[in-house]
Amino acid sequence: MLEWPRNNPWTCILLALGVLALALLPQLASSYVIQLCISIYANVALATAWAFFSGTTRYISLATAAFFGIGIYALAILHEYLPLPLALMAAAVAGFLVAVLVGLSTLRLRGVYFVVFTFGLTELIHQVVNWGAIKSRTVTRYIFTDASRVEIYETLLAITLFTVAASWYVSRTRLGYALRAIGEDETVARHAGIDTTRVKVLCFAASAAVMALVGAVLTLQYPYVDASIAFNNTWSFEVLIAALLGGPGRPWGPAVGAIPLVLLKDQLVGSLYFTIALGLCFVAVVYVLPGGVAPLIERWYRAFDAAALRQALRTGRLPEGWGAGWGWPRRLKLGLKAGLARLNGLWRL
Amino acid sequence: MLEVLLGGLLLGGMYGLVALGLNLQYGVSRVLNLAYGEFLIGGAFIAFFTVMSRWQLNPLLSLLASVPIAFVLNWLIYRCLMLPLVKRAPDQDALDADVVLVTFGLFFVLQGLALVGWSGDLRGYSFLAVANPFLSTHFGLMIAQNRLLAFLGACGLALALFLILRHTRVGSALRAMTIDPVAAELMGVDVRKLSALAFAAGGALAATAGMLVSTFISFSATTGVEYTLKALIVVIMAGVGRVTGTLAAGLLLGVVEQMGGYLLDPGLTLAINFGLFTLILLLRPTGLFTRA
Repeated sequence: MLEWPRNNPWTCILLALGVLALALLPQLASSYVIQLCISIYANVALATAWAFFSGTTRYISLATAAFFGIGIYALAILHEYLPLPLALMAAAVAGFLVAVLVGLSTLRLRGVYFVVFTFGLTELIHQVVNWGAIKSRTVTRYIFTDASRVEIYETLLAITLFTVAASWYVSRTRLGYALRAIGEDETVARHAGIDTTRVKVLCFAASAAVMALVGAVLTLQYPYVDASIAFNNTWSFEVLIAALLGGPGRPWGPAVGAIPLVLLKDQLVGSLYFTIALGLCFVAVVYVLPGGVAPLIERWYRAFDAAALRQALRTGRLPEGWGAGWGWPRRLKLGLKAGLARLNGLWRL
Repeated sequence: MLEVLLGGLLLGGMYGLVALGLNLQYGVSRVLNLAYGEFLIGGAFIAFFTVMSRWQLNPLLSLLASVPIAFVLNWLIYRCLMLPLVKRAPDQDALDADVVLVTFGLFFVLQGLALVGWSGDLRGYSFLAVANPFLSTHFGLMIAQNRLLAFLGACGLALALFLILRHTRVGSALRAMTIDPVAAELMGVDVRKLSALAFAAGGALAATAGMLVSTFISFSATTGVEYTLKALIVVIMAGVGRVTGTLAAGLLLGVVEQMGGYLLDPGLTLAINFGLFTLILLLRPTGLFTRA
């Protein structure tokens, strides 16, 4: 895992500058770019939240759309009665509570049963909400807010940064180790003294709260919502594939996967070829990149010799064996090889 | 009330029919094919084009084409795509995760290709869309011939499959593989060959089901996933690898759905469907018709 940049002031400064640049982006960029960024942030936050639970514990959840939709509906109903920040909080709490209920009853299902269950659950909630909407004659719920695009952008940016940072932080705490232990072998984890049920339910609910919050914030830009917008299964699949493409085992992996997928979707949107491309992505991830892109990047980063480069910068001369002996292509090749060696290795989600 | 019950039974027969192939695939070759519905829709489309062709043939004739095509395609999918995964997976959990992703991918690719080739329009044709004369004159029941055909097809296929599994040598090998693939291999069963065979046969059953269903339900390139879901629900309700259980679970689901829609609210049929499914998954994750 890449080191926490605590000991490295330059990394800290670079990170802070990057965040500042992103926060100031709406002052410069066109509204198309801002819209694209909103989409990217939403996907990054969702994929990170998904991987926070499902990537580490290997419980593959297809209920992203369910929690996302709960957030949307909570906001759509509550924004008429509550001030906006409170309504957003309430949406997150709603996602959290539903996930606690779902988690307590279902997390003993494993493997394919859990996948199918979460998928069925999304459909169940979708149908019940749809029926309720028809009965109460509110099939389309209109959204009346004065939130501007820039405000939505900044809120989502904050949520996304918080999600990635929190996921990174938790992965380094006892809780993070407990999650990984559950993913490796749940029985062993329980014998090691981990309260697996509590850990699973808590983390499942925390990731659901983020999903609901993202859904609620995205709702602010829509004129209206209905059940088939809110509980659209595509969200579950896109988030899943973004996380797996990036590498669900690392806190920053899903972000790496989500960005190219959003850009690809932006290019192919509305075209039939997006489904085909998405399908090919799924197949490619399993056969070519088990473990995602993140481990590859990590290998390259390790193969890249920072000390040698620093010395080269200081002395103004390439170190021994770099220029003359084709050192760096060899290093790159070794890194690539080490990454691709995982092809034949065990596939861990 | 009786009409509703009968409607539920007919619907349930269709569910059982749709789920048979998936249960064969998942039960024997341990590969959960989420692109299953696409083959069903493929069978439906071939039937549609047979009827709409210049000669306006009987849709039953389309089985002559669709069954071999689905068989070969599914056999190839198992040999080329699934076998490498089966070989490298350390346990069933890891295999399930891989297979779910690959078949989801396959589902997206096939659906995309179907959309490109056949567009997203809803298709349908009329075949035997008259009430059965025997039942309507003697019992006063209006039951369409095509639904009856699908119901009888479901029962016939389930019976045939049951007899094959129960009374032939291949059948006992397949049953052994359902129970314990490792032990079956040790007993001299060629597990890989028979897995491919079962997977291909499941695909052929899907195409048959697609043809039978297409006689009374209109379909499009995107409706395949609904059948996959229905089939999955029925398979998990029945228990993996249970043939007669599949038909029974299908009938149960159909009856509960129709009765629920009749007694509560027609808008709730899908919700009842998924509610029943979630309940069974929570109470008996191994299925209703398995030995404890």
